[in-house]
Amino acid sequence: MGAFEPVIGLEVHIHLSTESKIFCGCSTRFGAPANTQVCPVCLGLPGSLPVLNRRAVTFAARLALATHSVIRPVSTFARKNYFYPDLPKGYQISQFEEPFCEKGYLDIKLKNGAKKRVRIHRIHLEEDAGKSMHAESYVSGDETLVDINRCGVPLLEIVSEPDLSSAEEAYAYLAQIRQIVRYLDICDGNMEEGSLRCDANISVRPVGSTALGIKTEVKNMNSFQNVQDAIDFEIRRQLRLTEQGQAVEQITLLWDAHRGVAEPMRSKEYSHDYRYFPEPDLPPIQISEAWIAEIAREMPEMADEKTRRYVEEYQLPLYDAQVLTEDREIAVYFEETIRTAKDKKLASNWIMGEVMRALKEKKGRLADLPVTPDRLGELLNLISQNVLNQTTAKKVFDRMLKTGIAAGQIMKEQGLEQISDQSELESLVQAVLAERPKEVAAFHQGNTKVFGFLVGEVMKASSGKANPKITQEALRRLLQARQPD
Amino acid sequence: MSVPLEEVDRIAGLAKLQFSADEKSKFAAQFNQIIQYIEKLAELDLTQVEPMSQVGVGINVFRDDCVQPSLTVEQVLANAPARKLDFFSVPKVIG
Repeated sequence: MGAFEPVIGLEVHIHLSTESKIFCGCSTRFGAPANTQVCPVCLGLPGSLPVLNRRAVTFAARLALATHSVIRPVSTFARKNYFYPDLPKGYQISQFEEPFCEKGYLDIKLKNGAKKRVRIHRIHLEEDAGKSMHAESYVSGDETLVDINRCGVPLLEIVSEPDLSSAEEAYAYLAQIRQIVRYLDICDGNMEEGSLRCDANISVRPVGSTALGIKTEVKNMNSFQNVQDAIDFEIRRQLRLTEQGQAVEQITLLWDAHRGVAEPMRSKEYSHDYRYFPEPDLPPIQISEAWIAEIAREMPEMADEKTRRYVEEYQLPLYDAQVLTEDREIAVYFEETIRTAKDKKLASNWIMGEVMRALKEKKGRLADLPVTPDRLGELLNLISQNVLNQTTAKKVFDRMLKTGIAAGQIMKEQGLEQISDQSELESLVQAVLAERPKEVAAFHQGNTKVFGFLVGEVMKASSGKANPKITQEALRRLLQARQPD
Repeated sequence: MSVPLEEVDRIAGLAKLQFSADEKSKFAAQFNQIIQYIEKLAELDLTQVEPMSQVGVGINVFRDDCVQPSLTVEQVLANAPARKLDFFSVPKVIG
């Protein structure tokens, strides 16, 4: 039997970060007490009517432009009918025959540096369903509890073509979508809170074949790691079946992250007969060229454009530019820092080093970091002006992280100013030279290695506060003055 | 076109409804009447007519993205056949 290859397509759902829901004025805030963000529209009460949130449409158009998709001049909503307790209306308002946009693509970056183009089949608007509780301690064995808060939160579903051929590519594609929606400011990209969700369609086929095999759908992958693990698991399962000459069954599987296995859902839960029909309560969306042009004008600068600008305008190395623009929050932090900081490369070094380390240790968000960009800028300028050396600056930074106090104040409190005063440094150097006649003699006999040792002694004598550059100059000059004839 | 009894079963299943044999044959007959009625449209030449998804004339009816007050939890759960804490309680759906 010849070799087989996996074929993967992803369906990604993103929660749009609008203030209110897609068809009513209820708040979309995550984590509110159960059933406190619910109205007659959410509940599908008789007589209630949905009205489309304009901002949700604008957000959809932003993503359409960022994914090079073709926006339909007219798109319509449809009812997707199914019975489940988290969907009080008995149907989900979605788009079916006339989705918002189609035929886009994303270029994903793979670990080996290569790029791969992944085609996007379609992107459509829809509403989310509520949340069912099965496992919580307060749920008894014979019941399911339902919270309707999430009903009607706006979603975009992004359906890729089956262009992905490994779990790694799926991961890269998902990461790319996350980066884009965060740059577009239309979704926070938080998988743990469910604002970015992903289902995978997976099949295998003989290498070289263009026909698609029988696919399975894997759901319930709620972290980036889960996506990679679940897809790897399912690919291995299908390859094993195929090698044993068995057929892959068309089923839906649920990923169990704790056990590391994907298990079939019970057949009743995935009877895919949604009997779509046009939604009579919502008029079509018509998008004019002028509206698209207006949205295009308001598009933020995307990661690739920022990378290019950082290299050209700020003369940063490509590596720095790529690291800084990976996440929009970091890029914005950098741009705000260099409004104050004069040395852009120094700012880049510190953000890639100290700031990212602090974020990792605190596991927090950049917006909550006590060191604001202008405060960091002030600290970096103190280094540029030789008031602080790097080692002391790092100590000051740590203190800033703990207290949120400005660098200048911390230095005063702790007496940390760098000694750059020429005469003060000279007397320190003189004192060290007087104590180290042996080393001074060795230097004069041509042992230049001693120079570093003497610099270290001066630093020690100054408790690390001596300006290294001026110290070296003074040391060189004073050693020369002591040179025997 | 005629609707077989199995189709009535399938549609009832999707709607989570159960019917007696008598009811099923009654519905099958009614479904057939409805479909025959709609099939009259096939007699018309519609090649020049654009498909439409709606009878309304409106387009782009939007609301601004402003939060409006929601119902109170008591109002939300007022018609719930069963409730627990501040949730709707329904018969177990998985497990």
